[in-house]
Amino acid sequence: MNNDLLFDFNVDKAAKTVYITREFNAAQSLVWDAFTKAELLDQWMAPAPMRAKTKYMDFKVGGRRFYAMISPDGQERWAVQEFTFITPKTNFKMYNAFADKDENRELPGSDWDYNFSEENGITKVSITIYNESFERLEKLLEGFRIGFTMTLTNLENLLSTLSEKQ
Amino acid sequence: MKQDIFQAIADPTRRAILTLLAIQALTPNAMAEKFDMTRQAVSKHIKVLYECELIKSEQSGREIYYHFNAKKMQEFDHWLAQFRQNWETQFNQLDQLLTTIKKQNQ
Repeated sequence: MNNDLLFDFNVDKAAKTVYITREFNAAQSLVWDAFTKAELLDQWMAPAPMRAKTKYMDFKVGGRRFYAMISPDGQERWAVQEFTFITPKTNFKMYNAFADKDENRELPGSDWDYNFSEENGITKVSITIYNESFERLEKLLEGFRIGFTMTLTNLENLLSTLSEKQ
Repeated sequence: MKQDIFQAIADPTRRAILTLLAIQALTPNAMAEKFDMTRQAVSKHIKVLYECELIKSEQSGREIYYHFNAKKMQEFDHWLAQFRQNWETQFNQLDQLLTTIKKQNQ
């Protein structure tokens, strides 16, 4: 399906930074929407069978998104994203921190920087995540850790999509 | 407080110590000599590395030798691999969503 689309994942342990680059077969404005509109984010951002639920999202500098990752057994893991910089369609930055259900943040969080560019109908998204500590990164993972089931379910979905297309 | 593995690896001297220990087990004195550091400075680094289990100690006679704990490093890499896997999953879901939206817009 997306064999030609780039996916890069690099970790600079010394700099405590994760670099992710991915290409998408869609126009930049659509991909931008998928990353910045709550109703779209909720449809892809949690790896199945987890789901994401945005309580509110105010996408402007100084605005916040308050959302939860919900596991199949109903456990909710809340987090707050605060938008610190926005250049429409090309770049936004945010500060992400876990929180309780009343939006009290657990600091420190991590800094995220998203960049979007389009060439020949393919949109490239580059994400830089800076974490102050490994514990924090560990928590990021824990937020959606459900072991093998998840991976297998997604693989099944992917395979069925692929076979439908043939 | 438990030592943070990221903090442990972030320090260039500690990375150098780990590199050296991956080749051979060393006593604190030998490390101090190789890095031209005081015993106190070496002890501090050892403490950090030991607490996050990146190195193991082994008593040999009156000397303590420190070894590189490759297993812990693998664990760390395993963590990152899982993190990568999550992203891959999410992005595949986004691919599907984008396909759906494009079809709707046609």
